[in-house]
Amino acid sequence: MTALLKYREIWLLAAIVLLIGLISTRFPAFADPGNLRQVFNDTSILMILALGQMVVVLTRSIDLSMASNLCFTGMVVAMLNAAHPAIPIPLLIVIALVVGLVLGAINGLLVWRLNIPSIVVTLGTLTIYRGATFVISGGAWVNADKMSPDFIGFQRAAFLGIPVLSWIAILVIALFFLLMTRTALGRSIYAIGVNPTASVYTGIDVGRTKFVVFCISGMIGGLSGYLWISRYVIASVEVANGYELNIIAACVIGGISIAGGIGSVGGAVLGALFLGIISNALPVINISPFWQMAISGSAIILAVMLNARGERQQGRIILRKAEAV
Amino acid sequence: MSDVPAPRHIPDRLDKPFSSAIFSWEALLIMVAVAIFTINSFASPYFLDPYSLSDLTFNFTEKGLIAFAMALLIISGEIDLSVAAIIALASTMMGMAVQAGAGTPVLVLIGIVVGLGCGAFNGLLVTRLGLPSIVVTIGTMSLFRGIAFIILGDQAYKGYPESFAFFGQGYVWWVVSFELVLFLVAAIVYWFVLHRTSFGRRVFAIGNNPVAAQFSGVRVGRIKFILFCLTGLMSGIASVLITSRLGSTRPSIAQGYELEVITMVVLGGVSILGGAGSILGVVLAAFIMGLVTFGLGLLNVPGIVMSIFIGLLLIVVIALPIVWRRLNGGRLT
Repeated sequence: MTALLKYREIWLLAAIVLLIGLISTRFPAFADPGNLRQVFNDTSILMILALGQMVVVLTRSIDLSMASNLCFTGMVVAMLNAAHPAIPIPLLIVIALVVGLVLGAINGLLVWRLNIPSIVVTLGTLTIYRGATFVISGGAWVNADKMSPDFIGFQRAAFLGIPVLSWIAILVIALFFLLMTRTALGRSIYAIGVNPTASVYTGIDVGRTKFVVFCISGMIGGLSGYLWISRYVIASVEVANGYELNIIAACVIGGISIAGGIGSVGGAVLGALFLGIISNALPVINISPFWQMAISGSAIILAVMLNARGERQQGRIILRKAEAV
Repeated sequence: MSDVPAPRHIPDRLDKPFSSAIFSWEALLIMVAVAIFTINSFASPYFLDPYSLSDLTFNFTEKGLIAFAMALLIISGEIDLSVAAIIALASTMMGMAVQAGAGTPVLVLIGIVVGLGCGAFNGLLVTRLGLPSIVVTIGTMSLFRGIAFIILGDQAYKGYPESFAFFGQGYVWWVVSFELVLFLVAAIVYWFVLHRTSFGRRVFAIGNNPVAAQFSGVRVGRIKFILFCLTGLMSGIASVLITSRLGSTRPSIAQGYELEVITMVVLGGVSILGGAGSILGVVLAAFIMGLVTFGLGLLNVPGIVMSIFIGLLLIVVIALPIVWRRLNGGRLT
């Protein structure tokens, strides 16, 4: 039991249960399983994005371009769907994954091959990808009436009583869990975050692994692009503007250290759920949605204060930089 | 035994050969600026006009003011993503004061004090509690702007006094705006502080190696705290200027400025990893960003497309020296 309390995920889970409890004192129907399923579905995209961001942050990098990637890829699939409604949805999802992968690979190549800090690279591509969305769309919107019924309906179709969107989130969570706990790549991602220099000496190609994590976050951005557009049924240049910081916020609340090496799939999922619950709960308990920003800001600051207590004790760093590549 | 005595004379500044000045970052930026200026003046007949050029300066003065303090902060190895949110909060507070009937001097004071207070709050969280600044300021960014949203909702404050309009719209002499004068004065002050005082030297020392700096007697925490306060202060001043220029306050004011300010600083040659950079570079980067956005604006290029150029400029200018070095014998850094 005491061993269990050491996991920050347990604490976060307790905080979430407490939060739901508090909300249900004012609005009992909130804790209803049907409503909780709805909250999970509403948070699915943020959870998926947070997982993509997590693998990047674990390697001491950051991907600020995810929301722009989402916007661009979403526009691409929306325009494809509007022009050729016959393209089946699974193929569109594959296209979204590929487009996202390419955008992520651009980030990854700049970080890997040119050694530019990821924050600079993705700050640049953040504006470039969103600008590119404007260029391909000419500033026009793709509205619901131009999208095919399949495009909109796919993620809403219920399978075993749960919408496909939730199933996609569950699938992504499972895949990331396998990746982080059962594969060599997952191990190297953690190793690079904890100590890049030691990772080089154990034979891990730090640069290439960073390239791979940016490809992963790119694919996630692309996938979320389709999911976002088909959920909110509008594709425009403004889609998910500024959302990159929500994604990072979910990671931070989930206990993922921005300094790399610390964090788990469970943490990222719970961090996203925490934010999702707050945004779902505010309207039902009659608090103006304008409070949401300040509340999530306070949650981030509190979370990082709590995280810091767990991170104090760390190995001594003898060599500062990894002689990568 | 070759008993070479230790050098007696350690110069305050290394004498740089002329060739290094030519290949310096600032020289590269000047070339980029001249190139863009030339292209602009050929591309649009309206560009080379004193009044156009004066309008141009409004594109970078407000962000540039913050960029100076941000440059020092990034050199010291920290970052502040909450600057735009500080602008929003300070502007909201000024708006509240206007509703309560405050005059211009009080408004300016409120803007500056709120900015300073927000900066001090960031500084305390980072230095006292030892939290990573990138996360803290993502949090305070939501918090500060969130408070502005709570107060204002979808409303806007208007009705600023006429004398208040001078800061963002007034001209000191002919086409020289108050904002531009403030920008130039701030540039000189920050240049002096960073490059000619022991405080500036300490900032570099902290950025290069905080532990070594601490053992050399530098009060790392205190200096970082001061730098956060300065960044807040400059954001407060920028808030006064923007509010005065727009004449109204919405909670979404200055949205996305933080990334533009950081782009400006990084484009100016400040290492995002800390420990290196110059104010001259930041001034040049501010000019370049102003030139690009204004020049494209004259050509009726939409703002969102301009951002592509800014993003490309950032990556290309950073990547260029690296590629150049690779091609010239593959020496690393």
